[in-house]
Amino acid sequence: MSQLKNFTKGFLQENPILVLVLGTCPTLATTSSAMNGMGMGLATTFVLFSSNVVISLMSKFIPDKVRIPAFIVVIATFVTIVDLLMQGYTQGLYEKLGIFIPLIVVNCIVLGRAEAYACKNGALSSFLDGLGMGLGFTLALTVLGSIRELLGSGSIFGYKFISGDGILVFVLAPGAFIALGYLIAIVNKIRKA
Amino acid sequence: MAKVESNFKNMTLTLLVISLVASAALGLVYQSTKEPIAKAQMAKINSAIEAVVPEFNNQPFEESYKVEVDGGELVFYPAKKDGQLVGTAVKTFSKNGFSGLIELMVGFLPDGSINKVAVVSHKETPGLGDKMEPSKSNFSLQFEGKNPETFKVKVKKDGGDVDAITASTISSRAYCDAVTRAYNTLKEGGKK
Repeated sequence: MSQLKNFTKGFLQENPILVLVLGTCPTLATTSSAMNGMGMGLATTFVLFSSNVVISLMSKFIPDKVRIPAFIVVIATFVTIVDLLMQGYTQGLYEKLGIFIPLIVVNCIVLGRAEAYACKNGALSSFLDGLGMGLGFTLALTVLGSIRELLGSGSIFGYKFISGDGILVFVLAPGAFIALGYLIAIVNKIRKA
Repeated sequence: MAKVESNFKNMTLTLLVISLVASAALGLVYQSTKEPIAKAQMAKINSAIEAVVPEFNNQPFEESYKVEVDGGELVFYPAKKDGQLVGTAVKTFSKNGFSGLIELMVGFLPDGSINKVAVVSHKETPGLGDKMEPSKSNFSLQFEGKNPETFKVKVKKDGGDVDAITASTISSRAYCDAVTRAYNTLKEGGKK
């Protein structure tokens, strides 16, 4: 039961974007379309659960004073692996996300989970925590990307159903803030109801 | 289980081991993704070349050559069919865009006229400057079949023959700038 809760808490109750409001920089920057948001979310998910597992296994052997540098090395390694894999197999998406792939290293969700959860819990719980948090992040990014793509360019996942342009501001930076603000408000309402 | 003590020896050893394992893992992944990355990049350039020049059967990628101009680099890809030059694809750029570098692939026929133009990358405003992409408006079609010798590659506002994108004169100017740069360099001896 508690393992299931470890997994599902990332979706709504402790959603990293919509409730904890962590990692807003990549959220605002990469969600100009649903596909970009999902790609970014999945890349981060992979880094999250892999680094969570490795860190939970290693945490007993790491002296307290050097734990942050040790975590960062582990996280950076996984980010570079994702970076290389995406460059090789999903070139188009890799170019759209650009600098935000290497920047997953400094995403506070990843280090936050390592520090707050993985270094105090077992490998399985940490894996589920990372997977749940990552998928929650992906869900938030995909929903935000869909809203922006729908309003901004009248399409969804690249499938266009109105000709011409939509409300352009939603594809640009200010639209990201507006859409995220409303999304957080709605989720707060649901959570407290 | 007791934590490992934070003394100098333990800290150094831990970080050393972690870094060693991490770099070994990265080396392994780098080795195994090297080939797919090179392939993906080549496929991307090849498809851009195919889009702008007539049918060819050589490997323009292997015969390409570079020319330094205006603080940047133009890459020439000669397309040949049975040894006969059928066109040259030129990867060109402009720094005058509304936001950041614009890269185009311009295909020239052997007589110097433009066959087709494709956008490689740009960061122009969505809905305005991004109409330079052939999928979003007809702007780029007006260059097809024109010879820059007789067709002035400048927007009408500057006394040229190009219809600018509405509300995106800066992007249109940069586009013309990139095409002109490709043409001039090709004329001056980019031809081999």
